[in-house]
Amino acid sequence: MKSAVTSFFAGLVFALGLGISGMTRPIKVIGFLDFFGQWDASLALVMVGAIGIYFLASRFSRTMPAPWLEPKFAIPSRTDVDRRLVAGAVLFGIGWGLAGFCPGPAITSLASGASPVAVFVAAMAVGIYVYGWTTSREVSPARDSSAGLRDAVDA
Amino acid sequence: MHNFTPVASLLGGILIGLSASAMLLLEGKIAGISGIFAGMLRPVSNDTAWRACFVAGLLAGGMLLRVFMPTAYDFGIIRSYGVLIVAGLLVGFGTRLGNGCTSGHGVCGISRLSARSMVATAVFISSGAITVYAFNHLVAGGR
Repeated sequence: MKSAVTSFFAGLVFALGLGISGMTRPIKVIGFLDFFGQWDASLALVMVGAIGIYFLASRFSRTMPAPWLEPKFAIPSRTDVDRRLVAGAVLFGIGWGLAGFCPGPAITSLASGASPVAVFVAAMAVGIYVYGWTTSREVSPARDSSAGLRDAVDA
Repeated sequence: MHNFTPVASLLGGILIGLSASAMLLLEGKIAGISGIFAGMLRPVSNDTAWRACFVAGLLAGGMLLRVFMPTAYDFGIIRSYGVLIVAGLLVGFGTRLGNGCTSGHGVCGISRLSARSMVATAVFISSGAITVYAFNHLVAGGR
C-alpha cells in the first residue's frame, strides 16, 4: 500500500503546483486563452516547467524495467489520431474556455468551499457518466473488459 | 502582456512536473487528472484506491492553499451557474471522448512526444481560445 501514500502526496504536490502557478484562477486561464485580446502568457510557463521536468523523467523511465513500487508501467501506447480524439479535445476546449477551469484545478478548488466550483465539478462528473452511458451501449462487454486501461488512462 | 506572473507559473509548473514524474517513476502511471477522476467515478476492480488517494491529495493540497495561499482562490472570473454547468458537462464528456485533459495530454503526453497528445493539446487550446474570443465579443459584448 506504499502506492496509496505516494499517490496521495503526488496529488498534494500537484495541487500546490496548480495553486502556485495560477491554474486555479479562471482569470489567468481565460487570460492565457485570450490570444486576440489581453494575452497573459503565464500559463505557457506552467507547461514549460512541467514538460521540462516530465520529459526528463519520461526519458529516464525508459531505462527502467518496471516502476519502483509497481510490477509494470501503465502507459498508453496508441499513436493513431482519430476523430474521437479531436472531437473530444474540441468539446473539452470549449468547456475550458467557458469556465476557465480544467479538471485538476477544479477538483483542487473544491477546497475553497466556493459553490460555483462545486457546481462545475458536479456537472463534470455528470458529463463523465453521460459519456459512460453513451458508450456502454455501443461497446460489447468483451471489448469493454479487455480495455482495463482504456479511457481510464490519458493518452 | 497582461498580469504576467512568469516566476510563480514556472515554479508551479515544476511542482506539477515533479508530481507527475513521481507517479510515473514510482507507480508507472500517467498523472492525467480527468482519467484519474473518471476512473474513480466508474471504478475498475483493483484500480480505484490509488485514484481516490490521488484525488484526496489534490483536496488536501487545496486545503493547504486555502490556509497558506488564499490568493490561489482569487478566481477573478466566475461565470454564471448556467455557463458553469454547460462548461462542466463539456469538460467531463470531452475529456473522456478525447482520452485526456491539460495534464494527461498537455503535460504527460507532450513530454512523451505522443502525436495524439500534441494534436489534442493544439486542438483544445485552439477551441478554448476561439471560445474565449466568442464569449468576450458576443456574450460579454466586447471589452
